[in-house]
Amino acid sequence: MLNFIWLIPVFPLLGAALQLFFGRRFSNRAVSAVSVGLPGLSFLWAVGCFAQFLRLSESYHHVSLYTWLPAGAFHLSNGSLVNHLDVKVGMQLDPLSCVMMLVVTGVGFLIHVYSIGYMAHEGGYYRFFGYLNLFMFSMLVLVLADNYLMMFVGWEGVGLCSYLLIGFYFLRKSASDAGIKAFIVNRIGDAAFLLGVMLLVVTFGTLDFHSITEAARSGQFPVGSGVITTICILLFIGATGKSAQIPLYVWLPDAMEGPTPVSALIHAATMVTAGVYMVARSNALYVLSPTALGLVAGIGAATAIWAASIGLVQNDIKRVLAYSTISQLGYMFLACGVGAFAAGIFHLMTHAFFKALLFLGSGSVIHALSGEQDMRKMGALWHKIPTTAKTMLVATLAISGAPLLSGFFSKDEILWQSFSSPYGNKLLWAVAVVTAGMTAFYMFRLFFLTFAGDSRVPHEVEHHIHESPSSMTVPLICLAVGAVGAGYVGWPKVLGGPNWFGKFLDPVFENPALRPALEHTWNQEFGLMLLSVAIAFVGFFFAYRWYVKQPGIADRVAAAAGAGYRLLLHKYYVDEIYDALFVNRVKDLGSALAAFDLGVVDGGVNGVGWATRMSAELSRWWDSWVIDGLVNVMAFVVKLMSWPARMVQTGLVQNYAWFITAGVMVFMLYFVFH
Amino acid sequence: MIPTEYYIFLGTGLFTIGVIGVLTRRNVLIILMSIELILNAVNINLVALSQYFKHVDGQVFAIFVITDAAAEAAVGLGLIIALFRNKETVNADEIDLLKW
Repeated sequence: MLNFIWLIPVFPLLGAALQLFFGRRFSNRAVSAVSVGLPGLSFLWAVGCFAQFLRLSESYHHVSLYTWLPAGAFHLSNGSLVNHLDVKVGMQLDPLSCVMMLVVTGVGFLIHVYSIGYMAHEGGYYRFFGYLNLFMFSMLVLVLADNYLMMFVGWEGVGLCSYLLIGFYFLRKSASDAGIKAFIVNRIGDAAFLLGVMLLVVTFGTLDFHSITEAARSGQFPVGSGVITTICILLFIGATGKSAQIPLYVWLPDAMEGPTPVSALIHAATMVTAGVYMVARSNALYVLSPTALGLVAGIGAATAIWAASIGLVQNDIKRVLAYSTISQLGYMFLACGVGAFAAGIFHLMTHAFFKALLFLGSGSVIHALSGEQDMRKMGALWHKIPTTAKTMLVATLAISGAPLLSGFFSKDEILWQSFSSPYGNKLLWAVAVVTAGMTAFYMFRLFFLTFAGDSRVPHEVEHHIHESPSSMTVPLICLAVGAVGAGYVGWPKVLGGPNWFGKFLDPVFENPALRPALEHTWNQEFGLMLLSVAIAFVGFFFAYRWYVKQPGIADRVAAAAGAGYRLLLHKYYVDEIYDALFVNRVKDLGSALAAFDLGVVDGGVNGVGWATRMSAELSRWWDSWVIDGLVNVMAFVVKLMSWPARMVQTGLVQNYAWFITAGVMVFMLYFVFH
Repeated sequence: MIPTEYYIFLGTGLFTIGVIGVLTRRNVLIILMSIELILNAVNINLVALSQYFKHVDGQVFAIFVITDAAAEAAVGLGLIIALFRNKETVNADEIDLLKW
């Protein structure tokens, strides 16, 4: 089975091909059967592979399929000669890709099931599932690839699917704009990623994860090596694009224009975590560059608090979740940046469950309210859509870090590592803790505005409210189980657990260059844990007071905050600043180039055309007056000289008879008188 | 017996009338009739000289000319009819298609 891991991405690819080529002819029922069944099959296959993988002795399995790009000899940047570079299409299974594979196929499959209900009444049903399957294929290629170039193929593939699905309702201008924005912002990151990959080729002479990791750990590059730092920073810029970190996070909130299952699958659970996966996959490189690690941690922490603060005041339910996703991705990068890659991946996994659940739950709410996304027009939905409400509560508790739910374990791991790791410091920790409080606040604000308080639903929508069909609620329940239970695989040592998850990932992250964690006491760790729970409770408490106990106080607080509130509501005006600094400047450049094109390039062509026409005009004049003139003059002379001869030929028979008679007479007279 | 000169004079007279007719009249029909006069002037000469030379060839020749004249009249009249259909005229001055 392990030798056929390539079947895992191939199943959804088959589904995508069927849908995109023939889907138009299928009934909705057939589309769902094919496009949900195949990812399901690939999930089962992934589980089977995982079971076999656990029995392997060395926890690494590699399958080489074929040589994709055979390249010739070339010199590395240090001058040594590489005889040949073969980029192969191959798949590798190690603990890290196992985790990613299971998350992608598992959560992906549940979201596919959910989409059956959610998309039932939408046009382009087959198109939606075709893109979704194509996304699954690309994402699985990304996480199963055994080299950077193949990873880049998946990386671009998920970007393409993200673009297609954000712009799924392409008749709506805002949706197609959002798709283009996501694509272009990602492209900036991808360019840096590609540069990083090129630098990897000339530095290591190979692109295989395994060989690069070996080389990096062999000690031939000193810690702090300039070229490694450059590679890491370039790769990280790629990650900031894909995983929506400062400064390239601006596309993710707009990406909420896509259908909600897309937001759940691509923009919460899987694709946006690709950057975290890539950084974790390159951990051997990152630990050689404290500068790059510091950058990753700094950007991660800054993004976490930045996005969380914007999320505090947003009114669109999906936008709150989008900023929450950005913030949580910041946590993951913070973890990677302090060298706690396992903690980052742990949070990635738990986040996939509860954030997918939050998005799907919000989709269920939107579905129940006939498309309403503004939380100011919700409220008091707890009894009307009970399954959705209960699962949402579980997810809200999980993300807020309520004890013994999955988010609690993963987030505390990150907080603790950012405090205690030799790469971490107290500032990073403080930022992360404040963010945790904000997270609890905005999540409970979302929950209370939606499900508690008085109903603010317009009357005509009110009587349509209904619980979603079972195809939507069953995935919600499955994910809720995951959101509660996923944390237990990483039950930390401080609470007497084995931290099985961390041990499982050890083969990937154990690294001689990674500095050992400082000695710390049990008391310290437990105390910090209590502190973060207390902070989360403070967030919950304010949300409860402002939105349940005394509704209306929130508006007074907002009014009191004044400019600060408006700054947050307008997302720090980042879009406007980017427009002014970059977007409009690029547009100006485009206009200038267009003017150059029209004036100089087209002008040159037109000038040549004009000159040709003028010379042709001249030539025509010469032709018609001089050449034709000569011919005409000659004809005229001939005509003139033919005049006497012409006068004889009258055409009148009698004239000719006169000539004959006259001639005969002349002859006769000659003979008579001669 | 009438002397042969008289016949020659008669023939010459008829021939002159015919030639003048061909040259001066404008009606194609009359030109055709004038040609008949010329032919008959020749016939008179042929017959008169045949009788003068006591030789029968001239008379045989005259018979040929008469036959020829009949055929020529038929063809000529046909041409005139075709001409009239196309040009709606039998005036020789108006028929000048063979001009330069």
